[in-house]
Amino acid sequence: MGVSSYSPRQELLLPVRAGFLWLTVLAALLVNLLPWAGFWTWLKPDFVAVVLLFWIVREPRLIGFGVAFVLGLAMDVAMASLFGQHALAYTVIAFAATMLRRRLRMFSADKHVLQILPILLTAQAVILLVRLAGGAAFPGWTWFVPAITGALLWPIAWVVLLAPQRPRIDPEHPI
Amino acid sequence: MEHPQQPFFNRGPTPFARFLLFSLLALALIVADSRFKYLTIVQQAVAVVLYPLQRIALAPAALSERMSGFLVTQAQLTTRNNGLEQQNLVNAAALLRLEALEQENARLRGLLDTREAQSQAAVYAEILYSHRDPFTRRVIISKGLTDGVGQGQPVVDAAGVVGQVTRVYPWASQVTLVTDKDMTIPVQVMRSGVRGVLYGVGSDGLLELRFMPFSADIQTGDRLVTSGIDGTYPAGLPVAVVQEVERNAASMFSRISAQPAAGVNRYRQVLVLTAASAHPANPGFDEPSAPRKRGRKGG
Repeated sequence: MGVSSYSPRQELLLPVRAGFLWLTVLAALLVNLLPWAGFWTWLKPDFVAVVLLFWIVREPRLIGFGVAFVLGLAMDVAMASLFGQHALAYTVIAFAATMLRRRLRMFSADKHVLQILPILLTAQAVILLVRLAGGAAFPGWTWFVPAITGALLWPIAWVVLLAPQRPRIDPEHPI
Repeated sequence: MEHPQQPFFNRGPTPFARFLLFSLLALALIVADSRFKYLTIVQQAVAVVLYPLQRIALAPAALSERMSGFLVTQAQLTTRNNGLEQQNLVNAAALLRLEALEQENARLRGLLDTREAQSQAAVYAEILYSHRDPFTRRVIISKGLTDGVGQGQPVVDAAGVVGQVTRVYPWASQVTLVTDKDMTIPVQVMRSGVRGVLYGVGSDGLLELRFMPFSADIQTGDRLVTSGIDGTYPAGLPVAVVQEVERNAASMFSRISAQPAAGVNRYRQVLVLTAASAHPANPGFDEPSAPRKRGRKGG
């Protein structure tokens, strides 16, 4: 038991290329902008939030509060929502990611889900509170579903976004 | 020698300070947007930057639509064409009558010395996407400032009033649907001429005609059209059909629910009536229009 049950298998990863990071952020924004319809609309996770969370946890020197804020503004214009609500939610996400960064290293990716879920729920709750304060009607509990699907997306994001950093090991000459 | 306050790496303000700074900034934006509507320019700038990305995101859907249009069968086309021709015939007959009525109306208006009702200029637009924000009922359409779309202009489709332009970007604009919680639209019952105000309640397919007295002549199935007294919507556009009239002795007013006529969920094509908002209400016109109103009530 002891250490092995907590700390995941240590990996030596290559440094991330900044181009790849920005490309994934852009791709997440693009997926968010896709015209989702019907049933998928309320199931749809906020891809930008998940990717943002991932990169702030992994690469806090490359990406931080400023980028989160600007992405939030872009989302607000794209969603035709209240200007600033996503900026606020993403700022909360950036803060939580900065605080959580060291703790997450203790767990493997599948166990991150329970750590990520409260963050995404908080972000949704922040938007909900802002809108309710502005006089909007409560949209129903399905409002929180994207946070759950977003948290479930996390292990996939972990594998996909880390893939380019995994060194290709030559089986003939390991190390 | 110890330096407990000395950080190893100098990385600027602490995360909490940054968090405070950015959340205060975001809150300031929210207040500025919701209370004062100051930030139109900023939003338009963001929209311009975002435009290529939006286009790319919408491309797959447009492509699949084009593909399905390409693969349609001859039989389908023929039936559709037949249907449209019949529809066209019906419309042409109505149009002929309309022309005659318009001329007659112009003559009568001339006799009554009121100004000509403005002919409608319209911009054709397509609904790009909808329902991103669950708190409101809004859609984004494909025409904006550069096409002459302006804030406050009414938007209609083939079946009736869709809503009103509430925010304009250079190449797109945001339309708030009549079903939005904050939307009201003055209407008139086509059958009896009773006027009222139709309220959106924030859910699809439901509108409420509020503050109508018990005695008001409204029945299930009545068609509600714009009354035109607001100066925003031209008179006579279909808005909704009365679904249920509930006269409850416990409350002051009857509860009237209606179903919107426009098919926002079915159609993608809409018209923005660009000339409609060009006539602000002028108090000077009240006197000459008074006899006309009396005449309508009597007849």
